[in-house]
Amino acid sequence: MPEPLLHLEESRSFNRDVLAYIQHAAETGLYEIRGLGAKRALPTFDDLVFLTASASRYPLEGYRETCATRTVLGARRARQPVELDIPITIAGMSFGALSANAKEAIGRAATDMGTSTTTGDGGMTEEERQASKWLVYQCLPSRYGFNPDDLRRADAIEIVIGQGAKPGGGGMLLGQKISPRVAAMRTLPEGIDQRSACRHPDWTGPDDLTIKINELRELTDWRVPIYVKMGATRVRDDVKLAVKAGADVVIIDGMQGGTAATQQVFIEHAGIPTLAALPLAVEALEDMGVADEVQLVISGGIRTGADVAKALALGADAVAIGQAVLMALGCNSPTWFDHGAAIDATPDYHALQTAPGYCHHCHTGRCPVGVTTQSPELELRLDPDHGARRLRNYLQVLTMELTTLARACGKSNVHHLEREDLVALTIEAAAMARVPLAGTNWIPGKPSL
Amino acid sequence: MDRPSQRLIRLDLEQQTLREVNDFLHQRLPHEFAGGEMPRVEILNPNGRHNVAVGLDTPVEVDILGHAGYFIAGMNKAARVTVHGNVGWSVAENIMSGTVRVKGCASECAGASGRGGLLVIEGDASSRCGISLKGSDIVVAGSVGHMAAFMAQAGTLVVCGDAGAGLGDSLYEAVLYVRGQIAGLGADARIEPLSAPDHQRLTRLLAAAGLPHAPQEFQRVGSARNLYHWHADRGGAYG
Ligand code: SF4
Repeated sequence: MPEPLLHLEESRSFNRDVLAYIQHAAETGLYEIRGLGAKRALPTFDDLVFLTASASRYPLEGYRETCATRTVLGARRARQPVELDIPITIAGMSFGALSANAKEAIGRAATDMGTSTTTGDGGMTEEERQASKWLVYQCLPSRYGFNPDDLRRADAIEIVIGQGAKPGGGGMLLGQKISPRVAAMRTLPEGIDQRSACRHPDWTGPDDLTIKINELRELTDWRVPIYVKMGATRVRDDVKLAVKAGADVVIIDGMQGGTAATQQVFIEHAGIPTLAALPLAVEALEDMGVADEVQLVISGGIRTGADVAKALALGADAVAIGQAVLMALGCNSPTWFDHGAAIDATPDYHALQTAPGYCHHCHTGRCPVGVTTQSPELELRLDPDHGARRLRNYLQVLTMELTTLARACGKSNVHHLEREDLVALTIEAAAMARVPLAGTNWIPGKPSL
Repeated sequence: MDRPSQRLIRLDLEQQTLREVNDFLHQRLPHEFAGGEMPRVEILNPNGRHNVAVGLDTPVEVDILGHAGYFIAGMNKAARVTVHGNVGWSVAENIMSGTVRVKGCASECAGASGRGGLLVIEGDASSRCGISLKGSDIVVAGSVGHMAAFMAQAGTLVVCGDAGAGLGDSLYEAVLYVRGQIAGLGADARIEPLSAPDHQRLTRLLAAAGLPHAPQEFQRVGSARNLYHWHADRGGAYG
């Protein structure tokens, strides 16, 4: 007897994902906490394409004509601005969230490529200071491990008001990751579920921020630049307030930005996409007449050299990458490497009830590839030499893709890429990026040319 | 206190910029007096200026003669700073070591996130005194406003007067002692009995602050540690 044909109709509103969410909530009484960034479909830089050179513009030769990538951040007031070889920086990620080996690999790769790396919630480790030529020291609401000696040996200071994955929310680190070293650095009891503050302890509004920035400048004798990092929400107003408060560099982190652990509801439902945020930040700087003085760094879901090139064309001075760095180090890879031999990590992903390609379990501290863990045994799965080589390769590819596109647009300097080089493939992207829809001269919201 | 042989250096904020004064304290002072006896430094005419004597890293005695603004003696290390007046927000924030003494009252966030050393406020301190504390000792001779020692992780807050509402909210391992009335405890804070080590700690801190009270006049507030781990039945407390 053939099986009777079932007519199964899944509800669009209450589909299997929603059912799983409701049932998990009902079972545990707790919201979901996870790592990485937004997984939902969002307008991205993929919705933009370059109008590279043809008869009306001429390109530069790929291998013979140079295309400069040097990037200077924070020259407005600091005696020693940050002078990078490439406009791709490494975003703040904490020791605690990341293993010491991961931090070391990042520092070495960034130094080899002439770019900067950034501390995170939990303070500066000796390893990362030693490994990093340009180290940006974050001043976060939690102030875990915050130390004037580290301020004095930093190459830039980044006041973190918020991040794209959780604008308005504080940091989290679950008990499994509060190892003795992490606990000591943060002055916390071992093994607790740590929730850090979302507001700074010593200032609140923008007028206070002005005084705070001056405190940091006075403390460091005006040597290093001060960055202000914010999650992308009311970008135009926030950028203006940060600049007025004295920021030398503004970092805007779009909603695709990653995290080691936060509430899923934040990751998917707070903030605006990086593509929408960038033009607002550029307009704020232009409105204030400081676009040439204050540098803009954009982050949140930057993956490819094309993303970097598009961000620069829309007016960013540099980008910051975080999740992509973890992926270059092996995040979500099916294997890890032991003296060059690939070892299957799939069972370890399964133990976390996930699989390579789907993992967002940084919050568990059981990273199958040793990137986001404090477990001495798992940490060994990331060899700093191997990790540094992989990240260097990745940064190299991003840079080559960036210069390839810039040359094809006829630019001898990647910072010469401009909005006029881009068109959009969707109406949404055209409206957000303020570039014409491909094949038209129409920018939604603007009178036709 | 002046010692007969000790040199006195006067810096006047009406004559010199803040930058010049802080640069002197950071660069010239440790350099010129390395190995010898440190002079005493007086800073005249602060007149509410912010960021005076921030980031000191030398065992020097500094007197600020008058009222001063925000972040006075911020992130202090080793120095002994006395403000002969009132201060604005966040005096001695992130203090690492040394002593900061305010002869008058302090506005909000006094001693925020301090990691070591001693902060003494001879008058009252406003709200959020000792917020995010990470190891410093704070002694307030008067009263403190609301949300004192919010999320305080380690260290001690001694309040000789009254404490406002929300005292010790989301407290970790810091310990609070209050001599007067407590308007209300914050989430996860509780009154605990005074033990012999508490007596010793209070005796030491009151002596350091130069205050006459007896340890047994104080109540101890510590963390109930119910918020250290997430559980469904505490959902309401997490917001
Ligand atoms: S593989 Fe490791 S770094 Fe990547 S998402 Fe999973 S736990 Fe996080």
